[in-house]
Amino acid sequence: MPLVRNEAEIATAARGGSEARTWPGAENLHVSLQNVRMAYGERSVLKALSCGFSRGRISVILGGSGSGKSTILRLIGGLIHPQAGAVVVDGQDVTRLSERGLFGVRRKLGMLFQGGALLDSYTVFDNLALPLREQTRMSPGEIADQVHGILKEVGVTDADDLLPGQLSGGMLRRVALARALIRKPVILLCDEPFSGLDPVSIKRIEALLVGINQQYGITMIVVSHHIPSTMRMADRVLLLLANRAVEGPPERLREGADREVAEFLNEGQ
Amino acid sequence: MANAIAQLGNRSLHVVRGLGNMAAFAASIGLAVVTPPVRPEAFVRELYKLGVLSLVIIVVCGLSVGMVLGLQGYHTLERFGAEQSLGALVGLSLIRELGPVVTALLVTGRAGSATTAEIGSMVATEQLDGLRMLSIDPVRLVVSPKALAMIVVMPLLTAIFIVCGLYGGYLVGVGLMGGDPGLYMASIRTSVDFYNDVEACLLKAGVFGVLVGLIATYRGYTSAPNAEGVSAATTSTVVMGSVVVLLADYVLTALWGV
Repeated sequence: MPLVRNEAEIATAARGGSEARTWPGAENLHVSLQNVRMAYGERSVLKALSCGFSRGRISVILGGSGSGKSTILRLIGGLIHPQAGAVVVDGQDVTRLSERGLFGVRRKLGMLFQGGALLDSYTVFDNLALPLREQTRMSPGEIADQVHGILKEVGVTDADDLLPGQLSGGMLRRVALARALIRKPVILLCDEPFSGLDPVSIKRIEALLVGINQQYGITMIVVSHHIPSTMRMADRVLLLLANRAVEGPPERLREGADREVAEFLNEGQ
Repeated sequence: MANAIAQLGNRSLHVVRGLGNMAAFAASIGLAVVTPPVRPEAFVRELYKLGVLSLVIIVVCGLSVGMVLGLQGYHTLERFGAEQSLGALVGLSLIRELGPVVTALLVTGRAGSATTAEIGSMVATEQLDGLRMLSIDPVRLVVSPKALAMIVVMPLLTAIFIVCGLYGGYLVGVGLMGGDPGLYMASIRTSVDFYNDVEACLLKAGVFGVLVGLIATYRGYTSAPNAEGVSAATTSTVVMGSVVVLLADYVLTALWGV
């Protein structure tokens, strides 16, 4: 179901109850979807969805399985194209770009995939060094420094020569996060960063994401099923329900008048 | 009736679209191969995976085919008192036909299916999407070294297959049946022409390498991102690869006498 019709409306529309008219930074949307319609074959996933994600904020997309959460991330990354509508990333409509044009937009993006998506025949070091070798003129020494710096930042040491298959779930997620950050993106997309992790690892990843957001001011769009971490870290929540989508600050949504929304957020606690 | 025509039209469009996509994919591989950056390490790694790891099966099958040819050929030629032509029979059969075709079928089954499965599993685990998000073209990094290695490997494995086959024929014809070793070798030398037979054989193998490499990489690259999709793509590579090799063999032989 459509939320709003244009970008100006996205910035001021009411979501999550009548009290939520605007939010901090809403005038400064970094990513927006406008009337996006997406279907896989006969199965419609997004029906004229419009929503926005503010610059420098952590936005979490919640919803049931198959509601289109990961689809939104893939649309933003230009990995799939909608049947209709626009996906504007940092001022550029990615639906109108060729694959070569998309490469330019993707230089501003980092993506943490659910399974890590690290190249399984490459070592941890080579996985992180690959984009630097391919796209910069950095010397091997500079590349090594940058790789080790980012690995240290995510709390991974002595793993240079390990293959992704030799890493634990939490470690794999942190290495994948390091790879997503290696090119210093301005927008970070995270697909289920907490799935399949133990509570300690979840808190660790959560702290990492919040820390990175605060330190570098990166716009973060996180797809998650994990309500507790969402309530702690999210500035905004986009909740995809069966026939509609609602948007707003997490606490306000949970305490709002919309029972379906409140139940979804409270049941996950 | 109208429905049947519509269905036929849809299927035709589907086939034409598929061929078009495959041609575009082949063009992107070609472009990746001829434009920098050159990736010698990736190419050598693929040569090892596709070539060296296929050696055992090629050597064993080459020997077996040569031995069977030696056995069957000796008994047949003996009836006409022409056992001294065994070398020519084994040599020409292997070089003109069996060498390139059987090698291509074996490589399709072993290396082609492995290539499809590897690329397909990279699709299923989002590794190729991960590369795209890093602004790295997966065709350049992953696909083109594999396709190029297949083109290089096929004639080399064919040559090894033929040498093993000739030795297998020698083992049976000379070692087992008591034929004359000098006559066996001389009959190969006199009957096999380097340009007409050996060069044509290697050319044929190169064409098979292009076809198998393209089919294996394309099937993997376009496989559905799940276990079932990878399995279906792998099966499709073996079936489609084998059929295309046999059809191309006929076309090459009929049109150019290769």
